[in-house]
Amino acid sequence: MQKRLVLDEGQIQIILRRFCHQLIENHDNFDNTVLLGLQPRGPIVLDKIVKLLQEIAGVKVPSGYLDATFHRDDFRRRDFPLKANETKIDFLVEGKKVILVDDVLYKGRSVRAAMDAMIAFGRPQKVELMVLVDRKLTRDYPIMPDYFGTKVHTLESQYVVVEWAEQGYEKDAIWLTEKVKL
Amino acid sequence: MSQLSTKHLLGIKNITENDVQLILDTAASFKEVINRPIKKVPSLRDITIANIFFENSTRTRLSFELAEKRLSADVVNFSSSNSSVKKGETLVDTVNNILAMKVDMVVMRHASPGAPHFLSRNVKANIVNAGDGTHEHPTQALLDAFSIKEKFGDVAGKKVAIIGDILHSRVALSNIFCLQKLGAEVMVCGPITLLPKHIKSLGVQVELDVKKALQWCDVANVLRIQLERQQIKYFPSLREYSLYYGINKKLLSELDKEIVIMHPGPINRGVELNSDVADSDQAIILDQVENGVAVRMAVLYLLAGARN
Repeated sequence: MQKRLVLDEGQIQIILRRFCHQLIENHDNFDNTVLLGLQPRGPIVLDKIVKLLQEIAGVKVPSGYLDATFHRDDFRRRDFPLKANETKIDFLVEGKKVILVDDVLYKGRSVRAAMDAMIAFGRPQKVELMVLVDRKLTRDYPIMPDYFGTKVHTLESQYVVVEWAEQGYEKDAIWLTEKVKL
Repeated sequence: MSQLSTKHLLGIKNITENDVQLILDTAASFKEVINRPIKKVPSLRDITIANIFFENSTRTRLSFELAEKRLSADVVNFSSSNSSVKKGETLVDTVNNILAMKVDMVVMRHASPGAPHFLSRNVKANIVNAGDGTHEHPTQALLDAFSIKEKFGDVAGKKVAIIGDILHSRVALSNIFCLQKLGAEVMVCGPITLLPKHIKSLGVQVELDVKKALQWCDVANVLRIQLERQQIKYFPSLREYSLYYGINKKLLSELDKEIVIMHPGPINRGVELNSDVADSDQAIILDQVENGVAVRMAVLYLLAGARN
């Protein structure tokens, strides 16, 4: 299969703006809301959302990066352990409304691990999930996004590849490709 | 790569620079974990670890036990003073009996150099050396390197003087290997009777004058005089050792720079280190202890992580 474009730069921008407006609608003045980007790829989306929210609503929503490596359920089931990324949260989530932000929702296992990791920072009042791409019918856990950019039908043999200009790609884009056999 | 090149941590000598870097990077993540309101992660919840200590230990055993518990491992402790070792059981038999109870990893301290290496060839479990006689103490070297990295940002290019009883010190040997792998310059300093004869062959500088050593270094790692391992007198008296090699505020104030003081503990206050130095801002001794837990979590996590 050829690489197929899921979202182009313009569509991603529209979705990010829509996310912001949906958040404003649901969270008023954000006085009890925090955003957490799920490592490794969530923080890029999160930073864009935080910046856009400041532009659109003039609010600076507290945000942090959450790494769930030590909470994953596939430890000792892989050939070698995953390398952890930085967790950077300088607030407690106790009593807060938390929005978890990631790029792609696939099996739901990372989100489960992330919720487990998040609990180390307190008991949130409410947790919501925001993803750019929701891979339909691939879930292992009963986890659904509250905010999604687009839904795509995919096979196990496929990857959703997210490219960002700040990572050295020509422009922002999200592709559907076949997994490369190593 | 996020995988160690070895199944056991027996010493620093036989692991690669990449291994050391991977352990230090992972330890940084665990340091963040142990500073969270809830300091525990579930990674090793299906692992059982036996801490087998044939020699006395406070810090290392507590540090390993805390590291294991914060990774959610099941922990059993064993010390030789109240065990069947006293009844004549061999090391391999003792450990195999413990492993028969489905233990996955063994953390061992032993008075004989090479005991963990011997064990690793004879039993089926990941072995972590928590000090073998006068040979190696790898996790201490790793936490020392981690503490230096945390203080200075990098270990490469730093000058580290190891001062004291080098002859009987497993910390010294592991530190030399570890620091050199990371690109630091190492000097050893102590009375000539407490320096191993061929220590220069490891590529370290040797200095007998403690003032010159302190002037040269960025970090001074001060070691304890290990009287329990000294069958003969290596110096006339502790008082004389303290006069010539003890580090005090006056000595440090004569230097034209501020150096960092480390000590693996336990400190003999007034012998190798005076209280005015041990309790000063220059000393990072308690940081070393905190980092010890994070580094040991990293070692256990990485060793246990491979598919079994």
